[in-house]
Order: sequence, then structure tokens, then C-alpha cells
Amino acid sequence: MRSEAVLTGEHFINGDEACAEGGLAAGCRFFAGYPITPATEVAERMAERLPLVGGIYVQMEDEIASLAAVLGASWGGAKAMTATSGPGFSLMMENIGLGIVTETPCVVVDIQRGGPSTGLPTLCGQGDMMQARWGSHGHYEIIALSPSSPQEMFDLTVRAFNLAETFRLPVLVMADEVVGHTVERVTIPPADEIEVVTRRKPSVPPETCLPYATDSSLIPVLPDAGEGYRIHVTGLTHDERGYPATEADCQRKMVERLVGKIRGHLDEILDWEAYFLDRAKVVLVAYGSPVRPALKAMRALREKGLDVGLLKLKTVWPFPEALIRELAGEVEAFVVPEVNLGQIVLEVERCAGGRAVTTLIPHAGGGIHTPEDVIAGVERTLRRLGCRGRRVWR
Amino acid sequence: MEMKEARIAHPKDHLLREDRIPHIWCAGCGIGSAFSACISAIQKTGIDYDRFAIVSGIGCTGRAAGYLKVDSFHTTHGRAIPFATGLKLVKPEMRVFVFSGEGDLFAIGGNHFIHAARRNVDIAVICVNNMNYGMTGGQVSANTPAWARTTTTPYGNPEEPFNLPSLAAACGAVYVARWLSLDVKRLARSMVEALLKPGFSFIEVIAPCPTAFGRRNRLGSPLEMMRFYKENSVIRNDIHPDETVMGEGKKIVLGKFVDKERPTFQERISQLLEKGRGSWPDTKARAASEEA
Repeated sequence: MRSEAVLTGEHFINGDEACAEGGLAAGCRFFAGYPITPATEVAERMAERLPLVGGIYVQMEDEIASLAAVLGASWGGAKAMTATSGPGFSLMMENIGLGIVTETPCVVVDIQRGGPSTGLPTLCGQGDMMQARWGSHGHYEIIALSPSSPQEMFDLTVRAFNLAETFRLPVLVMADEVVGHTVERVTIPPADEIEVVTRRKPSVPPETCLPYATDSSLIPVLPDAGEGYRIHVTGLTHDERGYPATEADCQRKMVERLVGKIRGHLDEILDWEAYFLDRAKVVLVAYGSPVRPALKAMRALREKGLDVGLLKLKTVWPFPEALIRELAGEVEAFVVPEVNLGQIVLEVERCAGGRAVTTLIPHAGGGIHTPEDVIAGVERTLRRLGCRGRRVWR
Repeated sequence: MEMKEARIAHPKDHLLREDRIPHIWCAGCGIGSAFSACISAIQKTGIDYDRFAIVSGIGCTGRAAGYLKVDSFHTTHGRAIPFATGLKLVKPEMRVFVFSGEGDLFAIGGNHFIHAARRNVDIAVICVNNMNYGMTGGQVSANTPAWARTTTTPYGNPEEPFNLPSLAAACGAVYVARWLSLDVKRLARSMVEALLKPGFSFIEVIAPCPTAFGRRNRLGSPLEMMRFYKENSVIRNDIHPDETVMGEGKKIVLGKFVDKERPTFQERISQLLEKGRGSWPDTKARAASEEA
């Protein structure tokens, strides 16, 4: 095994391994995890690679401890991550909240499998998308990325670290079993061509440092442990000093800032790819493994003369509300294939606000849609539109 | 006459977040003396304060992290140990210690305790055992004595508590001690040893909770409660941890029970890529036994 942190070159690896390589390329030097199908290969790759690059791998007693250790390591100044699947993701919810409220940069990867509960350990699901958004208690904003290929497992894991370090929060990589286990070509660029962001450090001395005070960006500049700032970090509602202040006004300020620091930077956070959206009448909205069958379906339908486009979401949370609102005024329908019985489609429908028809192509899990499933779903939507006398043919 | 408002600083003040005082602890609570012993111990180690980090979980004792003026982390319920594990692994030059209650460390966080001890993570864990959940008003914990009354054991506790020194020793802790919060001198001395000890060290501090636990068990005033613990305890250093089980008709055994050497987790991690480190099966031992 090569001992460089960035394995520049062409690789034939699966999405889980590409995810681990993305973490290493972004500067991750601490991984704490617990084996779980279908995310185990991320841990295995990290266990092999981290000692070679001066990093630390530790297998914890459960996923609760894994994320706790990741948060501790992050406060020690390390870029840190963990990877899991549904059952472990459920256990991590408590410490995702701690990461949010203490503003701790780290990356949590969920290679989704079928659920609920133990569900389908070895097979695909996308049923954790709303859990990613709202799974930890209290009100907060999260950032969740959704890779749709092994290459994106690399690219978006790098990006997840950059977003975590910039906005100071746990960033979720919401992959799925198909993306995690697909083996194909992954290109890792030279190290100097990979953009890597590292958290800012306070420029003021400890005596005058108000760690959780922010400028208009709403993002605090916090020291790491051991730098002489003697910071206090708590999961309790806290003031600008980081001290507990359990009263309504402080709660309002803190929660509004935690939410505002994400909502105020949507331009930097949101990322998508658009296929033929310019004149599309029907837009497929897909993320993760359904992107591929959706692309194939789109091409087949376009060959038949239908104005179908595709919007591939690479950032799922925060949801690209403005984009969907804008498109809703231009298109007749949104069609959303996802491996659940309707989660992200609810967001699309909400943003469409009744101006465009929104339909779901469901899949309960255990596989992904075939292109034919997607074509059939689009055709169902066309019939619905036809009843309303709308034209979607070029 | 001119009144001078000269305030003499207490020698422990510079390790206190004075802007957070008054603290939340009740009058007569044992956490305060355990915390005070902890400050003395930090001072006595002679280590730069910037190299300490305190990590705590949730509960009355967990609030200690908010009052100590070192890098301090008040984490989720039961998770102080894994948080401290991550911090220590990437900051080996820091002295990272956990200061939390028995409900936090041994009920909700019990699994993390046994695994950190097994790994021999280089942290000190100071557990204030006040035998109930004080912050929520006095419910039964994993260390409430059998038949003791709490708000959730109104007829007496039908469960047996953990014997923490046995548990810690069995899981591989390299330093195990138990002291009364009343005995701050011995406690502070023990904390110095634990803070300087490489590997997983553990101190149980038996502390009165007069407000919640003492009141429901008719243990009297804070002072009477402390007298009760003092009169019902005995110091027996180096005794086997299994002989420290508390219970009806038994004295609370205090002392240092374990002080041994074992490779720390950090040391083992640093040897991963070394030649000549240990192996499994131990091929050298096997070859030697075959020769014999």
C-alpha cells in the first residue's frame, strides 16, 4: 500500500474506498468507527491507510462512541470522520446534535441500506434522508451531500471536509449501498489540484477571545484544545463566551445563528448538475444511485422527442429551494425517483408550490430503479399532465 | 477612615472560571470538595495548565467542566470517555481527564468505561459517586445501594450496585482507588498520581448528596451524612478490589487498590508499523516452548 496521503492516479475501487481516499486527500487524520454493512470498507481502508500517513484509526465499542471520539479528535485539531449505515446512523443522532451546537467540524458518512431497523444490511436504501435533516432533536440546519458514483464518493468527501471546516459543523455524506459498493474507475488528482480548506484560528489573544462571538458571517472562529485559550465547550445553550446560559433570549440568539450560518451561505454550499433544464417540460430530480437510471431514462425519453431534463442534487441539505421554485414556473412536472416511499419528493413538492405537478417514483429498497421504471414513472406523469391538457412534446 | 477594597485572591482562583460562580452545587454536596481536590491535584502536578483538558458528561458532577479554567468539554450524557479518547489520541501531549458522576459514567456510559479501560487509553477518570441522579431530583442510579430509597425506588432499591473498583480493575485499569470526598488530602494526593499515571486510571469518590439521597434515606444534615460515611469506612490500601464490595453490614473500603504498568493504547498504536513488536500468536514463545 502506498504511503502518500493523496493517491494521485487512476484507481479501480469501490465507492466506500473512494470515500476513505477522499477523506485522506482532504486531510483527515482520525477515523473512529464501528463495522457495519455496507460501510465497513470505509473503515477497513482507513485502518490500512491512516497509520501509513501518520493518522489514527480506532474501532470504538459502538457508533455513539465513534462519533464522540470524532468530536473529541476534532477539538484536538484533527480533521476527523466516521462512516456507518442506518442502525449506526440512528445511534449517532445524539452526538450529531452535540457537533451542531458546539460547532465541531467533522464528517459523518452514511452508506444507506434498506430499513427500518436492521432491514436489508447488504442492499440499497435511501430511507435516511429525512433522518439526516431532522434526526437529532432540536432545531438546526445540516449540510448533507449525496454522491452518485465512486468518483463522487471521492470528490464529495473532500468537499464535505471543506464545508465542515468552513462552516464548523458535522457534514453528512448521504451515500447508499449501490454507490458504496460499485467498483469502477476513480481518478484522484495531484494533491496540489485538490482544494483543501482548514478551519480558521483566532487572531486575538486568549484574554480577549470571545470564542462564540461572530461577525456577519455568523461562523465562529474557535481555537482547538491545547492552544492556551482554555475554552469551554458545552452542549447546553451557551453565550458568546461558550458559557451555559439557559434562558430564552440566549437560546434564540444561538439557534438563529446556527441556522443562519447555513441559510446565509447557500451560494457556497448548494451544488447540483443540470441536464437539459433550459427547455425541459418534465424534470427528473435525482440524487445518489437513482441518478444513473434516471439519466438513461432521460436520454431514452429525449430520443422519443420528449422534453425531459434532469436535476442531479449533490447537496441535498440544505435543500435547493430557490432553484426548484424557479424551475416550477418553467416546467410542467417534477418526477422524483428515490429509494424510499417519498422523502425528498416532499421537499420538491413543497417548493413547487402547486405550480408544477410533482410525482414520486418509489422504491422500497433492496435495489434501485431500472431505467424502465423511471421511464414508466415519467409516462405516468405525462398521462396525468395530458388529463390537464398540458403539452410536453417538442 | 479610608476603606480599602483589597481582595486577596484564593490560591485556587486562577483555575476557576470565577465569572461562572456561584456554582449549582447544593450546600453540603460532596462534589465541591472533590472538585477542590482536583484543582489542588492539577496545581501539584506542576504541569502547565494549558496542557490539561477536562471532559465531563451530564449531571451535577458533569457541571465541573464548566467551572474549571482549563480547556473544558461538557459533552453528551455518558459519552465523556469516548470524547476524551478522541481528544487524547490526537493530543498526546495533553493530560486529558474525565470528571463525571456514577450515573453518567456507569449507567448510560458503562460500556464506554469498560472499553476505555480495556484499551488502556491514557486518561484519568474521576467518578463522583453520590449514589443517585442528583440533578433530576434523586432517582436510582447504577450505584444506589440495595434497599436505599430514591424517587424511583420509593419502596427501596431492589437492585445491587456495581462495585466500581472491581469493575475498573477487571477491565484493565492500571490505577484504581476509592476515597471519601471528605478526605480531600488523600483524595488530592491520589488524583495527582492518577493524572500523572500513563494509562487508564480510575478514582471513585464517595460523596454525600444530602439534598436528594441523604434526605430520602434519613441520613441527616450534610455534616451528619459525612460523619456517617467516615464512621462506616476503613482504609485498606492494596487490598484486592473484589474485597471492596459495599453492602449491608460492611464498611466502605477506601484506599489505592491497583497501581500497575501496562502498555497504553497510544503506545500500541505507535508500534503498529514497527518491526519486532508483539505478534499473535506469539511465534517466539511458541518456538521456545517447542524447543523445550
